[in-house]
Amino acid sequence: MPSALSLPGQAVAFAVVAAFVGYFAAHPVYHQVPEGDAQIKLALLHGGARVVDCRRLTAEELAKLPTTERRPNDCSRERVQLVIELSVDGRPIYEDVLPPTGLSRDGASKTYRKFLVPAGRHVIEARLRDSKRSVGFDYEKRLEADLKPWQNLAIDFNAEQGGFLFR
Amino acid sequence: MSDRFPAITAPLRAIFDEAERGLSKAFPPQWNPLLNLGALGFFFYWIIVASGVYLFVFFGTGVNKAFDSVEYMTRDQWYAAGLMRSFHRYASDGLVVAMLVHLLREFSLDRYRGVRWFSGLTGVPVLMLVYVAGVSGYWLVWDKLAQYVAIVTTEWLDHLPLFGQPVARNFLSPDSLEDRFFTLMIFIHIAIPLIALIVLWLHLQRISRPRINPSRGLVIGAGLALIALSIVDPAVSQGRANLAEVPGAVGLDWFYLGAYPLLENLPGRATWSCAVAMLLVVAAAPWLPPLRRAVAAKVDLANCNGCTRCVSDCPYNAITMRPRSDGRPFEAEAVVDPGYCVACGICAGACPTSTPFRRMSDLVPGIDVPDRSIASIRADTEREAARLAEGTRVMIFACMNACAAEACRSDAVGVVSLSCSGKLPPAFIDYVVSRDLADGVIVAGCADNSCLNRRGGAWTTDRVERRRDPRLRERIPTERVKLVFAGRRGAAHLQAEVKAFAARLESLGPYRPVRDRKITSSQPGRADA
Repeated sequence: MPSALSLPGQAVAFAVVAAFVGYFAAHPVYHQVPEGDAQIKLALLHGGARVVDCRRLTAEELAKLPTTERRPNDCSRERVQLVIELSVDGRPIYEDVLPPTGLSRDGASKTYRKFLVPAGRHVIEARLRDSKRSVGFDYEKRLEADLKPWQNLAIDFNAEQGGFLFR
Repeated sequence: MSDRFPAITAPLRAIFDEAERGLSKAFPPQWNPLLNLGALGFFFYWIIVASGVYLFVFFGTGVNKAFDSVEYMTRDQWYAAGLMRSFHRYASDGLVVAMLVHLLREFSLDRYRGVRWFSGLTGVPVLMLVYVAGVSGYWLVWDKLAQYVAIVTTEWLDHLPLFGQPVARNFLSPDSLEDRFFTLMIFIHIAIPLIALIVLWLHLQRISRPRINPSRGLVIGAGLALIALSIVDPAVSQGRANLAEVPGAVGLDWFYLGAYPLLENLPGRATWSCAVAMLLVVAAAPWLPPLRRAVAAKVDLANCNGCTRCVSDCPYNAITMRPRSDGRPFEAEAVVDPGYCVACGICAGACPTSTPFRRMSDLVPGIDVPDRSIASIRADTEREAARLAEGTRVMIFACMNACAAEACRSDAVGVVSLSCSGKLPPAFIDYVVSRDLADGVIVAGCADNSCLNRRGGAWTTDRVERRRDPRLRERIPTERVKLVFAGRRGAAHLQAEVKAFAARLESLGPYRPVRDRKITSSQPGRADA
């Protein structure tokens, strides 16, 4: 049994553990993104058009409804799928069909994606179809940007603010 | 010990044993960090709480206030709040290290299943809560590391269909983050450790006298190490978070954030499946086959006088006293809860009726473990004694969880195996020496402070050194008893001790009771025969 005065051995043991803890508390450095790259982050939360258009109820139809359930329009719940495209320098980097969420498919469609691109000047185009049309897009936005290394270009979407927002 | 995964646990146990042996050369048992991981963990926890309270006084809750206040503490108040920040950081890391080593050690010792399921199961939420608390702490600094942690954490959470709006959208761009997020995070960072403390209390419910207070030596050693580390390599921020940039290179705290690169780069479905599967396996581990069901200790009321020694010595709170049910003139009787009992037999070692001198009736103590009864130990003792040849004879009572004492067996050395050194009633030592079954007795057990059954070694020492009931009778000279807590890797040490002990016994000559040493003619024994 050692004496309580075996201090050098204890000091060495504590020093080794402290060095171990101290080193791995911040090392080795983790490189999330290569140094010459920038990031484009696309986030979208948007409800598409309804699959069946709303129909205005007639006066007779309204009269048949209980007074607490009378509303001017009769709307289906299901929404259309969104079609989204993102291209950089004319080359598509993301194409997807986003189904509506919810058990009745009546919620907003959503996506959240990150893309790494080499830093430098790029032409970035985002397109979205949220209607029942079969070709073309309802929203399109184009940005020519000089992306710096490790820059994060956020692309958000807000229909009320005109569609895609580059931040 | 019947392990579930011997291919894993055996080498792991060997590593722990060697580490314990190495550290025991420098540390007394009560100071040895490896033997006091629970106490060390609690020490770190209280350091975290104390330093956290201090830091909270200066912390600003808000997108800009958070980083600025932490910078103020780190730079302008480096001698006080800055030091506290480093304590907070490194004590948190120390807590994780102590917790993970404790987990591995308990796994290697197979101390998480059978009736120990409760401790194993309640340890899982503690682990999770400590990690949640730690991760939320990194978030609060709101530097580049915090940004990385916030984004990866929320992106990982968003893989679950729980949130209507992806939480990670809050970190899309600089103008999307609100101060309220920091209010939520500080609430989580304070509430979770408090919940962890409650679960820790539950974690310790099925053991008696848990070692949660570190010894003064351990406090001084670990405290000085924390101070030295905080001065040499103080915790600093990694630059203000900026959501317009990617935190391209971050110095991760690998103790808390080691899995983050995987969470970030592997598909969410894979990482969540993996995490849930691991959680289920760890939580279900105590019940996975092969099941281990120890036969619990049994009380024999005809021999139990309600003395409470077994209650006092049981390391697992498995015995309670209740009013007498058999009408005998005693106040209480012992009752064993089989759901708590690990069948270590320490209760039988504490029972005053566990005396091998009994001949008028069957040797049935007030409490005993059926799988290794006191009667069978007496039978083995007598059989071993009968085998010993003339000369200096040694009887070893060896814990089967400690080193292989069988290697010591010879014509001069008898070995009786026990489930724990604490199972041995001191009356057996008296019996062996006074009945001249051997010239001296060695009790061999797990290493100091490392008893597989928590208290066996400590109680044995106290009983033999006459500090705890049942005490070794005064008539047995202490020179004829040797306690060897060599541990599982100490076979060579035990053999050397046996050799030295035999030599000492030889020099002592034949046994004479302490109180009757002058009346040599009346003493039975080999020398008088």
